[in-house]
Amino acid sequence: MSSSATRERGESSPAEAEGEARARRPIHHREKWAALVLLVPALVGFIVFWILPSGRSIWYSLTDFDLLNEPQFIGLDNYRELLGDDVARSSLVVTIQFVVASVVLGTVLALLTAALMQRLRLKTWVRSILLLPWLVPNVAIALIWAWLLDGQLGYLNHLLHAVGLPGVSFYNASQAMPIIIAIGIWSGLGYTALLFYAGMTQVPNEMYEAGAIDGATEKRMFFQITLPLIRPVIALVVVMSAIGSFQVFDLVLIGYGGNPIPAVRTIFFYIYQQSFAFFRMGYGSAIALVLAVILGALTAIQMRAMRANRSDLS
Amino acid sequence: MISTPVPDLAPSKKSAPTGSPARPRRSIARGARRVTPGKAVAWTVVGLLVLVSVFPFYWMVRTAFTPAAELIGDSSRLVPSNPTWINFARVLGLTSMEESVAAGGTGATLDFLRYTANTLFYAGSIAIVQTLACAMAAYSFARLRFRGNSALFGLFLSGLLIPGIFTLLPNFALIRSLGWLNTFQGLIAPAILVSPFAIFFLRQFFLSLPKEVEEAAAIDGVGVFGRFFRMTLPMSRGPVATMMLITVVGVWKEFMWPLVAANSDGTRVLTVALQRFQAQSPNTSPDWTGLMAASTVTVIPVFILLVLLGRQLVQSLNFSGGK
Repeated sequence: MSSSATRERGESSPAEAEGEARARRPIHHREKWAALVLLVPALVGFIVFWILPSGRSIWYSLTDFDLLNEPQFIGLDNYRELLGDDVARSSLVVTIQFVVASVVLGTVLALLTAALMQRLRLKTWVRSILLLPWLVPNVAIALIWAWLLDGQLGYLNHLLHAVGLPGVSFYNASQAMPIIIAIGIWSGLGYTALLFYAGMTQVPNEMYEAGAIDGATEKRMFFQITLPLIRPVIALVVVMSAIGSFQVFDLVLIGYGGNPIPAVRTIFFYIYQQSFAFFRMGYGSAIALVLAVILGALTAIQMRAMRANRSDLS
Repeated sequence: MISTPVPDLAPSKKSAPTGSPARPRRSIARGARRVTPGKAVAWTVVGLLVLVSVFPFYWMVRTAFTPAAELIGDSSRLVPSNPTWINFARVLGLTSMEESVAAGGTGATLDFLRYTANTLFYAGSIAIVQTLACAMAAYSFARLRFRGNSALFGLFLSGLLIPGIFTLLPNFALIRSLGWLNTFQGLIAPAILVSPFAIFFLRQFFLSLPKEVEEAAAIDGVGVFGRFFRMTLPMSRGPVATMMLITVVGVWKEFMWPLVAANSDGTRVLTVALQRFQAQSPNTSPDWTGLMAASTVTVIPVFILLVLLGRQLVQSLNFSGGK
């Protein structure tokens, strides 16, 4: 061991070389065990609560499982049922409507807010105020808005009446979805805007200076400078909000209790209902698997967008 | 964004102005003092945004201080005519049942003091333990040489692709079969040890730290644990604290898991307690003053967090990208 080291480093004394070899070899050897020790907690958690459950979820989706009895294998019956399940289909449609509307409107509003933050150089404290709604649990958000929109005493309805407009109601089938969408956008606006703002701070100020010298208006600079340069950030945030919006649940459960009107019955709610109200864990798992595939695809796109993000503006 | 956490934390290569180093960033605020019509409109919009963000919470607090009997009379007043603490007292479980009923409650037991403590424990324990466990794993991935390092890291990353709902049902069945429903261990178990995002985030940061110091320490005989716990971890206080902050906020908002796994008096967290309170309140005339007092109790810790750590929180979003 020491002889090979000596041969390599010709001049060094044998004692020196030996000391070095002792210092190096065991470190590599020890690193393997140290790595194992450091990894154990996270690895245990990951195997027990992520990997194994993923496998069990697929298994449940092939069974009839009511929690009380052992799961009974029924092949693809759950999926066959799902194909013909009008409620599932309508909740998926409702969810997609919600996702598309919230993402499109939310992104546009957040971009404008972020542009204001950037061009007016809003102080950190102003930006953190705009973040407040995002920090609050959705349950509280839903309750506050349910109260503001209360049919008899809601303050927002009072304001609407005061300016001669008709009031709005959670329980009006045609208004329910727009209301939920608006609340969702409201609660996420500051957060999404801050993400865009973070992207905008990467845009070199020289570009705006040059634009100003050329006499470009703020509007023009927004469309010609800001938007093109933060495109990767927009892609990332859009996918992220879409994934978040797919999982809308608390707003519906609070707004409508255990039995939402069909206009707002989202797929997440339907999974919850099947699994925990009707105790059909197998069927719930099958719907969850389909949703997981959709969300997984979106996340994969997100990761790709992230990689795209790296190449731009750097 | 997630992909660029490092430049914001470590001394950034990008932030060094290469062009004209003498010019301070501020000089670019062209005509910041001049008020143009466009600027006036822009500032008005900002004012409206702030108002719209804050007013619903103001209304929540206003209602919480309104006596139930005056809810109708005060329904359009910006300040309650006879402010009272009674709604807080009854949702915190400080009044007798008769007093609660007299103040507009249903007489159902409410103990939001306890639910707050539960939530603090739930969010605090997960933030601390999860972040530490993930920092340990992240350090292994960033610094240690062992076979399968990148494959294992890839496996953890794949966890980002698994939506919560997918593991929620089997985890519920598992916790149930362990007899852990409605216990704290059942509540925290799925999240306490690992978050793929935290591992990803912290590994990125550890990779950005200079290797040389550690290598020198290794040659001086400092072991892996010494290097991690006494050198790298103290050097990473900022990002580790940021990760904890993000985790606390995330767990504070958590609803579905605690709803199905820990809906008993001893373990109920604020979000679940709020939902339950609402579900028990009569549909025809909800106990709005009580519900708003309970909502205020839920929001106050978040509000304190924002006042104390708003700056860090806002700046952390620059590189966390959320999740």
